[in-house]
Amino acid sequence: MATTPQQPAVDLREPASWRRTKNQIMTVLMVLAMLLILVPLVFVLYTVISKGAGIISGQFLTASIPPNVLPASIGGMGPAVVGTLEITGLATLMAVPLGVLGAIYLNEYGKNNLLSRFIGFFADVMTGVPSIVMGLFIFSIWTLHFGFNGVGGAFALACLMLPVVIRSSQQMLSLVPDPLREASYALGSTRSRVTLTVVLPTAIGGIVSGALLAVARAAGETAPLLFTILTVTTTNTDVFNGANTALPAQIFANASSPYTGAQARAWGAALTLIVIAFILLVVARFITARFTKVGR
Amino acid sequence: MSTATSNQQAGPAGALGKRRPLGDRLFQILALAAGLLVLAILILIAVTTSQQASSWFSAEGLSGVFSTAWNPSTNKFGALGFVYGTAISSLIAIIIAVPLSLGIALLLTEVVPRRWSRPIVYLIDLLAVVPSVVWGLWGILVLAPWLQKIYTSIGNGVKGTPVLGSLFGPPVSGASFFTAGLILAFMITPIITSLSREVIATVPVIDREGAYALGATRWEMIRGAVWPHSQAGIVGSILLGLGRAMGETIAAALVIGSSVQITSHLFAPGDSMPAVIANEFGEASGTFRAALIGLGVLLFALTIIINIIARSVVARSTRRSRGA
Repeated sequence: MATTPQQPAVDLREPASWRRTKNQIMTVLMVLAMLLILVPLVFVLYTVISKGAGIISGQFLTASIPPNVLPASIGGMGPAVVGTLEITGLATLMAVPLGVLGAIYLNEYGKNNLLSRFIGFFADVMTGVPSIVMGLFIFSIWTLHFGFNGVGGAFALACLMLPVVIRSSQQMLSLVPDPLREASYALGSTRSRVTLTVVLPTAIGGIVSGALLAVARAAGETAPLLFTILTVTTTNTDVFNGANTALPAQIFANASSPYTGAQARAWGAALTLIVIAFILLVVARFITARFTKVGR
Repeated sequence: MSTATSNQQAGPAGALGKRRPLGDRLFQILALAAGLLVLAILILIAVTTSQQASSWFSAEGLSGVFSTAWNPSTNKFGALGFVYGTAISSLIAIIIAVPLSLGIALLLTEVVPRRWSRPIVYLIDLLAVVPSVVWGLWGILVLAPWLQKIYTSIGNGVKGTPVLGSLFGPPVSGASFFTAGLILAFMITPIITSLSREVIATVPVIDREGAYALGATRWEMIRGAVWPHSQAGIVGSILLGLGRAMGETIAAALVIGSSVQITSHLFAPGDSMPAVIANEFGEASGTFRAALIGLGVLLFALTIIINIIARSVVARSTRRSRGA
């Protein structure tokens, strides 16, 4: 602990009433900070819901994207909804198994050795890599060679999710009590068997909910998709061929459009995106509450 | 921690002198490969993007890269204007976000009972769930027109005043450095809040109780016991917020105004490194594209350095307090 306060933090020569008042002022300021940050949150959610709720319908979620000049009553965001589900789903299939495997190495095999601490540290650092850099990376390594397609977008999102999944899974694995492992070893199991049949099932609730939070964040990412999938106006179900589109990319394209129809569709897409993220969040909380066997 | 040693000793089979089954060894190799993937991706990012950007560096040279001249139509690609925009907008974000985040973090750890702090944490985390592009959409269509009125009245109020006049002069539109900084502040507040909450939570109870026992008020306890203990960790979490603000792309791309200039005028439109990449990449080719990827390389280098410093600081401060 640092024990070098040259100037004492507390000046007891101050009158008691002033010390109490100062304490109260600071408490009020803290409450004020919390209320202040809730203003933009409420403002954003209110705007998105009030402007987006009117336009969302079965047609909006399935119809193709019309030219920007057309009014909000025509067409919808169908291709973007499909694209978001395809690309985020594919990214999840890549990042979650790899992330959990990486976490298993860090927690079960390399526990506290130099390499695992090194990897863990850089997984933390990797969470700070801007999403647009991931987009440029996949553009350089994939899109330049194989063209714009959904897989490229999924690679970029998977790169963003990977370190988050590794860190959250590792934390869950570390909460599994050692006696469980030891009991299983005592029965003669190999380490892989202990990991797969004892440790993973015990921690699975926390791992799944951590992964869902990573998916929720990735579904809203725009920057990595701009140079890897472009945007298209008709549904593309083939992730391996041809440009694709996604809700965030479409919102970005429509946001700077002067046409009210395009803007209305952007608000509808924004509400759709927030609802998807919110559902993932609620499911994650439910799983945490329901299936957590350890770490409470 | 008591769990640290048990794994090495609890290793099965091997201790009996038998060879471990093939499947077991394969699984370990697979897991190790997945872990090493993190390092591989980071190295690949650095290598491939630098390769794509190399023609920019060779065409402009060091002085060209770090010049203010940016004009794609005359093949001038100086990065300084964007570096400046990134610095200014993230600085504004930090100045707004830090007091808010620390206030909320202290409120949650020191003031509010645990029963109440849970729902507040959920609310603050909701800020992080709102996607960047939705902040941008709201920023450009709702917040910016509204801010423009405020900027105009502030601008008219300070006109002619020496320092304030050059900082807060009348705006061109609602999109500006300051609008971008404000939106970025909303986006990084949940990050700084949750990280500093973790740091503050490691302050030993005995320190707090000691301060109270000496008759300190709550604020004096925070100043005397919490602050000295968590100072370093809080600096680390602020740095992580700074890194996030610097790399934040889409919201900034929509509200910063997309006009590259170096000016002290905070209500003027500007541009930042990630914003220009997002806005211009579609039309770019040749050296122009290389320059945009090069801006990405600069951004990558800057954020990696900031993150390495921040993570080391946070790790050291939490480890020290757990060991003590």
